Amino acid sequence: MALSILHRITGIGLAVGTLLLIYWLWAAASGAEAYFRAQTLIGGWFGRLLLLGWTLALFYHLFNGIRHLFWDAGKGFELRTARLSGAAVVLAALAATVVAWAAGFMAR
Amino acid sequence: MQFRSPLGKARGLGSAKDGTHHWWMQRLTALALIPLAIWFVANVVSLSGQDHAAFAAWVKNPVSATLLVVLVAATFHHAQLGLQVVIEDYVHHEGLKLGAIVAVKFAAVVLAGIGIVSVLRIALA
Repeated sequence: MALSILHRITGIGLAVGTLLLIYWLWAAASGAEAYFRAQTLIGGWFGRLLLLGWTLALFYHLFNGIRHLFWDAGKGFELRTARLSGAAVVLAALAATVVAWAAGFMAR
Repeated sequence: MQFRSPLGKARGLGSAKDGTHHWWMQRLTALALIPLAIWFVANVVSLSGQDHAAFAAWVKNPVSATLLVVLVAATFHHAQLGLQVVIEDYVHHEGLKLGAIVAVKFAAVVLAGIGIVSVLRIALA
């Protein structure tokens, strides 16, 4: 139940987040100076907080979306399986977010 | 006595053929976005903290440029379909519902256009 509404909430959040993605691409196309400004904005504490939320929302929506695709195929409806896959989705989303951010900091 | 033909009764109620189109496109774009999103995040992570030249070099790669254009198109198509379902579920005033759906669809097309043009500007610069 809660995971289902969370799929919608993260979906809406990601849709709003595409504004940031498009701003970033546009800045990159406008030149080095604009790109630096965008990077500084996103690299600030508030930008990073938004990006962290966006990463978590993306991975949750991605993994839970895969779960939905299995349901569409008529698989995984048993209560036990559905509970297990739900827990797996939450754990995978958290783990993927930690891995992505750790890798990002190591790449710097 | 029935004077209206079956076709006459069905007209204006939507096509029996296209009813699943929205549902199917949402799943198709979802499937496409699984590898595209993972590819995108992995590359952005490896580019984090790098300068404009490094980012531009990545976009200039023909494979990256192509996948970025496909990613932007699939993302906004998927987002627009998803937001439409949310609006249809929660907005019950007909005019408001229609207005919101049209606004979302227009915004998705404009944003996707800006994104694709940006990618091409870098790739072809």
